[in-house]
Amino acid sequence: MAVFAMPSLGADMEAGTLVEWMIKPGDTVTRGDVVAVVETQKGAIEIECFEEGTVETLDAEIGATVAVGAPLATIRAPGKEVAPTARPAPPTAPAQPEKPAEAPAPTASAPLPTAPTPPVVPQVGEAPPASPAARVLAAERGIDLAALTGTGPGGAVLLADVEAAKAAPLAEVPLKASAKPGLDMAAMRTAIANAMARSKREIPHYYLTQTVDLQVAIDWLTATNAARTPDKRLLMGALFVKASALAAAQIAQLNGHYDAEGFHPAKGVHAGIAVALRGGGLVAPALHDAETLPLDELMTQMRDLVARARIGRLRSSEMTDGTITISAMGDTGADAMAAVIYPPQVAIVGFGAPLVRPWIIGDTIAPRMTVTVTLSADHRVSDGRRGAKFLSAIDAALQTPETL
Amino acid sequence: MTDAEIRQAFLEELTQVAPDIDPGDVGEDDHLQDDLELDSMDFLNLVTALHQRLGVDIPEVDYPKIATLALAVGYLKGRIG
Repeated sequence: MAVFAMPSLGADMEAGTLVEWMIKPGDTVTRGDVVAVVETQKGAIEIECFEEGTVETLDAEIGATVAVGAPLATIRAPGKEVAPTARPAPPTAPAQPEKPAEAPAPTASAPLPTAPTPPVVPQVGEAPPASPAARVLAAERGIDLAALTGTGPGGAVLLADVEAAKAAPLAEVPLKASAKPGLDMAAMRTAIANAMARSKREIPHYYLTQTVDLQVAIDWLTATNAARTPDKRLLMGALFVKASALAAAQIAQLNGHYDAEGFHPAKGVHAGIAVALRGGGLVAPALHDAETLPLDELMTQMRDLVARARIGRLRSSEMTDGTITISAMGDTGADAMAAVIYPPQVAIVGFGAPLVRPWIIGDTIAPRMTVTVTLSADHRVSDGRRGAKFLSAIDAALQTPETL
Repeated sequence: MTDAEIRQAFLEELTQVAPDIDPGDVGEDDHLQDDLELDSMDFLNLVTALHQRLGVDIPEVDYPKIATLALAVGYLKGRIG
């Protein structure tokens, strides 16, 4: 019997709201099946199962906010019979987070409450205790914390309480209303702020920049696309991702995760594709095993990934599996981009907007399309020598686009 | 197809590609990339959708000719023939 718990879908996720079950008791599930949809700060995420077996019970109700690590469902391993003795009936009340969503988690010594603490109504006029995330969101939205009833320990106001308060007419949302249903841009901005602040606090970044001759790649791309219908065309962004993934596969110190035990290099390159959303959001879902994908297949998967990022329908593995992130300015914009690493990753590659520059070939000067590539990397894991090798590997890969 | 029908088709496909854009907000001369913030992937998806809907295969060299609603209606009318 395994408890299927709310997964952490990002460095700063505390809880998610269950919006849809895709399974019911008695269903057979296998690893990787989408079992539920959970609303997070990064939009609605399809949660994939890590277990295999038969669904025994669903332990959370639609609409419940479930803390990371709290049970969502119970799954019986294949071949295991239902225990003959009577088990306690599954909870019928709406599932409560097993642990307060906002409890600080730096130490493992804090005991987890076994039952939710009953809400305590704070005295009128007294500023109630509130979690940092709740305070930030309340300040952003102009919500008075004292007007809220906290559901945390001792009546503490949790992020979920502030989120619930946004429906109240008194709460004026300062940002333009959510760009689309399912994507709350203010919440996403909070998530980005938390992740990026943590990155700059914890990761000693170093930066290396190299300008690369892109003319061969542009010419190859133009000729290739001229013979193709729009649905089969490639984008330069796909070449950037493939070239970066091939380079990352060569330099282990740039591809993986860094946690409390240190650096864990990854076997495959799961390339996080930074997607900017209109309205100010940003997500970087992972393209799995990007270094192994033929360019056409990589482009197809990138199209699908970007489309789902736009409507807020990514999968849990895509939110957590990225081993290095690639961010490209697009056709127009700034010449170079020194990006901030997305924890727990240890490197991010920024491609500026391609630009025609005077370029020296042999002893003549010629106008060539170029792109400036900037690596931001974690100095705890790698140093400039490795980083430079990575950039030259990208450069080399872009000189033979037909082999990508 | 009339200008109005082409315009309607273009706006429908545009808002399909970028669901957060309100068709009522799209000005005749708004630049799809500079003003409406379509990225290269959105633009390619729009070109793909127009190909499927109208049968017009817009080559990359013609992308600037559909850069705004006004330009696109004129260009597509000519290509539909």
